[in-house]
Amino acid sequence: MEYNNRLLLKGNEALVYGALLAGCDCFFGYPITPASEIAHSAAALFPKLNRVFIQAESEIAAINMVIGAVAEGRRAMTASSGLGISLKQEEVSYLAAYEMPAVIADITRGGPGLGNIGPEQADYFQLVKGGGHGSYKCLVFTPNSVQEMCDMAYDSFRMAEKYRMPAYIMADGVIGQMMESLTLPEPAAYDYDPEWKMGRIVDGKANIITSIYLEHDDLEELNRRLQAKYRLIEETEQRAEEFMTDDAEIVLVAYGISSRVAAGAVAMLREEGIRAGLVRPKMVFPFPKNALRKLLNNGHARALVSVELSAGQMIEDIRLAIDCRLPVHLCNRMGGNIPSCGDICDMVKAIRKEIKQ
Amino acid sequence: MSETVKFGKSSVFFDTFERRPGPIRKNMHYCPGCGHGILHKLIAEAIGHCGIQKDTVLIAPVGCAVFAYYYFNCGSISVAHGRAPAVGTGVSRANPKSFVISYQGDGDLGAIGFNEFIQAANRGEKMTVFFVNNANYGMTGGQMAPTTLPGQKTMTSPYGRNTATDGFPLKVCELANALEAPVYIERVALTTTPRIRDARKAVFKAVENLRDRKGFSLVEVLSPCPVNLKMSAQEINAFIEERMEKYFPLGCFRDRSSETFPAPMPPPPVRDPEKVKELLFPRKLNIGVPKTFRNESKIFNYERRIKIGGFGGQGILSLGIMLANMAKLRNFNVTWMPSYGPEQRGGSASCSIILSHSKIPSPLIDRDCNLLIAMTQTALEKYIHELKPNGVLLYDSSTMKRPDVTPDKKVLGIDALDIATNRVGNPKCANSVILGALSVILIDHYLEGEDKLDFDRAFEEAIIDGFSSKPEVIKQNLYAFYEGKKVALERDKAKDNPA
Repeated sequence: MEYNNRLLLKGNEALVYGALLAGCDCFFGYPITPASEIAHSAAALFPKLNRVFIQAESEIAAINMVIGAVAEGRRAMTASSGLGISLKQEEVSYLAAYEMPAVIADITRGGPGLGNIGPEQADYFQLVKGGGHGSYKCLVFTPNSVQEMCDMAYDSFRMAEKYRMPAYIMADGVIGQMMESLTLPEPAAYDYDPEWKMGRIVDGKANIITSIYLEHDDLEELNRRLQAKYRLIEETEQRAEEFMTDDAEIVLVAYGISSRVAAGAVAMLREEGIRAGLVRPKMVFPFPKNALRKLLNNGHARALVSVELSAGQMIEDIRLAIDCRLPVHLCNRMGGNIPSCGDICDMVKAIRKEIKQ
Repeated sequence: MSETVKFGKSSVFFDTFERRPGPIRKNMHYCPGCGHGILHKLIAEAIGHCGIQKDTVLIAPVGCAVFAYYYFNCGSISVAHGRAPAVGTGVSRANPKSFVISYQGDGDLGAIGFNEFIQAANRGEKMTVFFVNNANYGMTGGQMAPTTLPGQKTMTSPYGRNTATDGFPLKVCELANALEAPVYIERVALTTTPRIRDARKAVFKAVENLRDRKGFSLVEVLSPCPVNLKMSAQEINAFIEERMEKYFPLGCFRDRSSETFPAPMPPPPVRDPEKVKELLFPRKLNIGVPKTFRNESKIFNYERRIKIGGFGGQGILSLGIMLANMAKLRNFNVTWMPSYGPEQRGGSASCSIILSHSKIPSPLIDRDCNLLIAMTQTALEKYIHELKPNGVLLYDSSTMKRPDVTPDKKVLGIDALDIATNRVGNPKCANSVILGALSVILIDHYLEGEDKLDFDRAFEEAIIDGFSSKPEVIKQNLYAFYEGKKVALERDKAKDNPA
């Protein structure tokens, strides 16, 4: 049979394709806009490969089902949006403590509260800083195209398994809902059978999975091990795309849909002779500190602008990454609104004027 | 391998409890007089009897039994408070060979996790739930449980459970018995030897059902908690038999074990890459162009922005998808962005399509639109301000008046709904009629050289590719496309040769 690997898909659908091609065995989810197409596609496709799809009774049940499947040594995922992710946080903390891999997609929407279904990026804190209890981190991928929804879903399983920790795919409502053409990766060969899986007999004892450590020293040791793992990830796994940053005077920093608008703004500014650039984090944990630190000594960068659909969440990490050695401005919209290229250009021009004075 | 334990420990238990921290490795951590130890012993015996130790997964609750893994040598996971049946669902579905036992207390199952319990029961998950009802929260120090009796004093009901404010004890077996799916439901008590013998029978039956994959079994166990209830051994037995059993009668609520057939084992997941491709990758159709192909007309030097608006059911979104498909087939970068959510519920529908030879920044269109296709008056009014000077407005002239717009815009009407209804015989094809008219506009006014010929084919291919699984739909939409084309061409001719 001859196949065509080029398709036109919604971001949410592409995510499911990427997961299936990566060898995801089980999907557990609860419908929520703007993430529902993920459940729709999973419901249509998983059973065709005898894989598991369950519409769970709640967001909480869905993530717990993921835990059960992962404990059995299977690849499993769930997907939701903002408020649903809030509900799952206890189990994400458990996953971090169990040191079990899982993939969780968050197609973010407007908050706080019920908010609306427009695109916001205000889940940054809860995904990047660890929204549940305890000192833990999750890998956080930030796709900005349908192609990346597929590719990052595909990669997220591998990285989650490599480091034995949960991985988020954080995409906003626009990236989830839009259609683009994409090229599918080849299906991964199935080679997953973790040695830690529940019930496997090691030295006459069946493996167990628990996150309870009554001895304080034991729990501290777990925490130290986790932190060492996170440091290793920060050292080795940073991912960012740099666009016209080499000589840029003002560098925008943006991910997801904001980064697409920001890229448009950079092109417009360059046409007017303004040296703007863009650093686009492809992951926000680990945060691409190196790409930002590089700007400090290149003799061009004078200011950074965090373009966000939130009250300013990523901006804190940008400031930390560069030790506040350059001014970092915030260009943001909230409530489901998106700044236009024009809005960003205006802000860049105003900042530039201020610098020149 | 079936085993019968007459004296001593079941081999399902560890010989010494090495997973238990501290120096005590022979005894359990439970308080004197606690029922957990007895129940653990019965369950271990039943697992041994059924010969399922290797594939048993014991899901431990948050509560005193959180440390069940100290004792049982089988797969085990200690999960978040109340979530054992959901985790068990994941385990059992991911690995249908596993035998899932969910061991839960009254706070875990009856309060914080009741939904997970009742939903798993309602789905008829292949699992057995042991529900330990001791009328209080043991591990946290004797607070009120959902099963605390009326008037019973606990740390959080120091004046006695007041049914007017705290409600009544939760009858879990009775609630589960209202469901269709469960196979076996029984309530037992761990007080005197005869009752423990009955409990043993119930535990064995529930584990046998598990072994035989019959479905969901529930055994509720009235269990002594003398330490937290501040009672002696005699007092706690009297409390259970005289007070608890009055409210929670013992007995079998349902037993469909013998008439239930074992569930068939689901087929294993398909992982053969070829099979995965067969499902996800589209078949190569004899359409499209080589990867190096590039349309050369000047209008494609810039990104082209198209907005389509109307109401749901008019095929607004699929018209957009057909255009996006065409762009994909001609190696353009393309984005398609729908209106979604409440806007859609209100009946209106719209989408934005951008095609370009370079990377497309934002997929949203709120200005500088090159082509607006309006299928309703409302959509026209809503989006006309986004149309660029020199932009093209295409509207359904069978449902709308010719719009009054500034003269810098090119306006074209086509009787899309009329043609679709009367000539094609399906009003749903109005969108393909529009597509036909659009192809004429594009080819006649905007495309150059070989693109003129190519685009005729590109539109057709977009329809074929878009509906590749439905040959009938392709036929009808192609017909609608040609009709739209014909009418647009006739009109253009009439304009060129005015009578």
